[in-house]
This record gives sequence, C-alpha cells and structure tokens, in this order.
Amino acid sequence: MTHISKALLIVAALGLAACANPSRFGPGGGMDGGAGAGAGAGGVVPGSASDPQSPAYFRESIGDRVFFAVDQSTLSPEARATLDAQADWLMRNTDYQAVIEGHADEQGTREYNVALGARRANAVMEYLTSQGIAPSRLDFVSYGKERPVAVCSDESCYSRNRRAVTIISSSALTG
Amino acid sequence: MTPTFQNGEILPAGANAAVLTGVEPMYAGRERGEHWSGRMVRYLVRSVTAFLVGLAMLTGMAAAQDGPLRIEITEGVVEPLPFALPAFVAQGAEAQQYAEQITQVISQDLTGTGLFREIPRSSHISQISSFGSPVQFSDWRAINAQALITGEVSSDGSGRVVVKFRIWDVFAGQELGQGLQFSAGTDGLRRLAHKVADQVYTRITGEDPYFDSRVVFVSETGPKDNRSKRLAIMDYDGANVRYLTDGNAIVLAPRFSPTGDRVLYTSYESGSPSIRVLSVGDGGSRNLQVGQGMTFSPRFSPNGQTVVYSQSEGSNTDIFAMDIATGQSRRLTSTPSIETAPSFSPDGSRIVFESDRSGTQQLYVMPASGGEAQRISFGQGRYGTPVWSPRGDMIAFTKQNAGRFHIGVMRTDGSEERLLTASFLDEGPTWAPNGRVIMFSRETQGAQGSSSLYSVDISGRNLQRVRTPSGGSDPSWGPLQ
Repeated sequence: MTHISKALLIVAALGLAACANPSRFGPGGGMDGGAGAGAGAGGVVPGSASDPQSPAYFRESIGDRVFFAVDQSTLSPEARATLDAQADWLMRNTDYQAVIEGHADEQGTREYNVALGARRANAVMEYLTSQGIAPSRLDFVSYGKERPVAVCSDESCYSRNRRAVTIISSSALTG
Repeated sequence: MTPTFQNGEILPAGANAAVLTGVEPMYAGRERGEHWSGRMVRYLVRSVTAFLVGLAMLTGMAAAQDGPLRIEITEGVVEPLPFALPAFVAQGAEAQQYAEQITQVISQDLTGTGLFREIPRSSHISQISSFGSPVQFSDWRAINAQALITGEVSSDGSGRVVVKFRIWDVFAGQELGQGLQFSAGTDGLRRLAHKVADQVYTRITGEDPYFDSRVVFVSETGPKDNRSKRLAIMDYDGANVRYLTDGNAIVLAPRFSPTGDRVLYTSYESGSPSIRVLSVGDGGSRNLQVGQGMTFSPRFSPNGQTVVYSQSEGSNTDIFAMDIATGQSRRLTSTPSIETAPSFSPDGSRIVFESDRSGTQQLYVMPASGGEAQRISFGQGRYGTPVWSPRGDMIAFTKQNAGRFHIGVMRTDGSEERLLTASFLDEGPTWAPNGRVIMFSRETQGAQGSSSLYSVDISGRNLQRVRTPSGGSDPSWGPLQ
C-alpha cells in the first residue's frame, strides 16, 4: 500500500469520525446485503467495514478494484459491474471523493507502464463519470509497475497487478 | 568533492622513445590510434561474426592491414590484448599506498572492458624501480606483453598527488604517444587512475575515453511490493555511491544533463508523478513547472536548455518540450496514443521516441520541433526506451518479444538491428560518453526478484554486472569529467 493511500484512509477515517450526522450510521437505504454489515444500527461500528457508508465498506464489500487484460485498458463486464456498484456508492456518499490509481504488471518498460496505468485509471474515471459521478469528485494517478500487490512472475500475479483501484477520500479535507 | 585536476601535462619523451615528438598542441584526449606514426605492431584481432562487418564499415573502423597497436571494439570476438602494469613507482613513503591503489584501479578499468588482459606481476622479468630508467623491451617481449604502462606517483605532503605515466608499444620498442602527468587531491585517487586508464584505452583502441565518468541511477532496496527507491550517483564502475534523495517518494528514470551538472527525474513527492531537476553540486532540487496532470520521462536537449517529456491528459500521453529558462512548453505530438521516452539526436535536430499509435510500442523519429514522425522499428515484438547514441550513429532500445526482454541497437533509420542481451527483464539502456558501451537495468524473475545494473559492449560482448551497494535501476551515464 502506498504512503499516499494510507494517508488518505487515515484522513478519511478521521473525517468520518468527526462527522456528526447520525444518519450516516444507520443502515444505508437500499444498501442490501452488504457482507459484514451488521443488521441493526447498534451493531455497526462507524467507519468500520460493517458501516456501509465507510471507505472500509467500499473497499471490502463493494470492491475497490478492477482488472485488465495484458496491455489493455478496456473494461470487462466484471469490471463494469464492480464500477456500477462503486458509482452507486459514490452517488449515495456525496461527501467523498475518489482517486483512481492505475497500475501495470512488470511486463513492460517503466515509462510506457506509467502511461498505460494512466489509461486504465482514466477508463475507470470515464466510466464512473458516465454513471453520473461529477468529474470534480474524481482524480487519477498512475503508478505504472512501481506498486505491485502480487510479487510472483507469472500470470497469477500479473493479472492481479493489472488493475485500477478506487481510493476513497474525504472531500471535506481534500477539497 | 570534485578534485581539481591539473590535466594532461605532457612529459618530455621517455628514455627509449625512438622519436622525439617535440612541442605539440596540448593533448586533447581525442587523438586516435591511427595518428601515431612509426612502426607499430598490429595486434591480432579476430572477427568471426559476419553481421558486424556492416557496423565496422558504418563507423569507419574496418581493420587496416598496417595499423598501430590497437584493438577494434566493433569486432565480434577480440582476443584481449596482454599488457604489463608494474606497480607505479612511489616517490616517498606517503605515496606508497596511493601508488598501489592507483595501479589497481587502472588495471580494473582496462581488464573490465574485456579488451585487455593483465600479465600477472609474478611473471614480470624486469622490475620498474625508477620511472626515468630505460625500458628493457626484450624482458617484456619475452612475457608477450604487447603494451607496458609505467608510472610514478608522488605526494607533496600537502594532500596533492601527482601521477606520471608512459605507455609503451613493446614490440615496436617505442613509446605510444606521449607521457603525461595528472594531479589531484587525495580524494581524487580513483579519478587519477581513471584518467590514466582512459589514455591507455583511447591510444590503443582509437576510441574516445569513458572511465572518468559518472552514472546517476535509482538505488533500490526492499521487496517487490514495498520497494524503496532513491536517486544515487556513482563512478562508472560503481565506486563512490552518493545518495541524492531519501526513500520517501518513488523516483524514476533520472537523466544527466549534457555537462553533468544537473539531473532530471520523475518524482511522486507530490503524490502524482512530476518532473524535478536536481543540482548535482549542492543536491538541491526543484519542481519543473510543466503544465497540468502527470508529467514524466524527461530528458535534456544536447544544449541543456530544453527538456522533452511526457504528459498524460486523461488517457492520452503526448510529448512536450519546455524551455527551461522561460518555462514555456509546447506540444510536439498530438495523437490519441501513448507517446513517451523522447531522446534527442546529439545535434539537437531530431527526437526519437516510442509510440503505440500502430497498436503496439514502436520507435519513431520526428523533427525536434515536432511534426511528422517516421517509424523506424519493424521487427517482431515491442520496442521502447530509445536513446540516441552520443556519436549520433545508432539508437539503443529495449525490445520485448516472445516473453523475453532485450537491449539492442539499430541505425537511426532502423536498419541493422542487433540484440545485445536477452533476459527475463532488461530495460532502460544508456550510452557511455564514447558510444561504445551501454549500461541498463536487469530485473530477475520471481517473488524475490531484484534489479541490478549491467553493462555490455555495443558488439554484445563483455556483459558485466555493475556492483552497487544495493539494487539499481534506470542508469543514466554522464559525460566524461
């Protein structure tokens, strides 16, 4: 995990903790069946993965990342389904912004992979925008092949590294 | 840090010199072997690779029948030239350790090229106990030393070290070129040695020197999924590593300025890749203000006044040029594809870059002002990271084909492509200042994979790892100091 995304998550958690709006801690209307979400308001720890309005929930239950084919930035049907859910969450949680991180696997030259990561991040940004998310809430960065999550040198790892990750941040602090 | 050199002071002709050369212009460091007159021994060079013939013709280095003592670097197979390097004579006790160290570095420089082979001192018949004494050529012929290097090291006690040396063509029985002396502070001993070795190299190969040069690179530590990267600078041989940044932000692809005074690089310090310029002297760095969005892949123009770089706007990456003095940028490419890794021709008139406008990464050449680009790579696979040779005659590149990576060279019109290396992941070539050696990064396969620096001759010979304290990537070879 990158320094910046760690920092954003901490900032986001602090921002959430400081938020005094009690409605945020209720079960999200229409947010049915989120894994790990407590059934009653009493069982939800604000900001935790059980809170459907938390970045942790977004990360773990919605799914914060989509994957790409080799040297491609086209969104697969699976990727679009994940992004539909991301867009839905962002529409409900308007206090948040998102930075899309684009990544590549190690099979490619360094600078090309930076540009390829930008392509992937932008494919996600454009899709979220098409689903109604205001472009002003979205930004992107490419890490190229600099931040792999899986370290082996075969397709089982490469397929996990060719990704775009939606990092949720608090608009109150980044805007 | 940089020692002040008293550079290239010519010594009177050696005791055995057949021809007194008299007063000649100050040695310029660029004289070629063929300029020396007199009967010289032509050292046996064997070429077994027909594909190199074209290259030899291209560079005008086809072996002459009656040349001087010399090696042709462009040949495919070279029998290393045996040389004798008796320990330089120390003048005074203090100079003893300096003499030993300087002699050792000279030996490492020469043998490290793969073009020279040192005859062990234990085989020497003659001992050189005085720099001024006549050379007993028969003793050196008897052990088949083609070249003999003699020298003297003195110290004036105030931290100033002087090295004098002569190079002898043993079988011709005469001095090869003129004796020279260099001086430096005690922190410049390795540079003194590199200067001497450069003279030996250049007089025997006819090529420009390169040992007294530095490389800026990315020092890497830690596992693949948590790697720390720092800018570092070192001598060409991996000695004297000095770190220029801490490991807090990812840094990529540093590029030396033509004079070696500045380094351009890409940093994630702001959270998003952007171009910074660092002053090598004081280590200070600043952000180059080059527009909105991600900027990366910077490189200096030959006059050091312009930076070419890539900028990503949305999913599109194009090449721009910025005048450093005014901060004004202009767009050089405008296609919806990825254009990156620009590199100027040494005369500044053209730029080679990579683009996937055809569907895969390929190499293109365009005028330095932008405009229509000519594709030059047409082989199998993907081509990236092109770098124009300082001699202007070739372009080095990374090629990816059939699951392997290669460092290769081609002529500037794309002809005569030759692959120099093959591995799981080789990338990012950079040229030695004389255009005869290429350094690059090699990443090993697997979860424990790490990156190291390697060098290879443009003939594909003498692949060597460059020893650095930790991992290394993205080397950029600076000018001769």
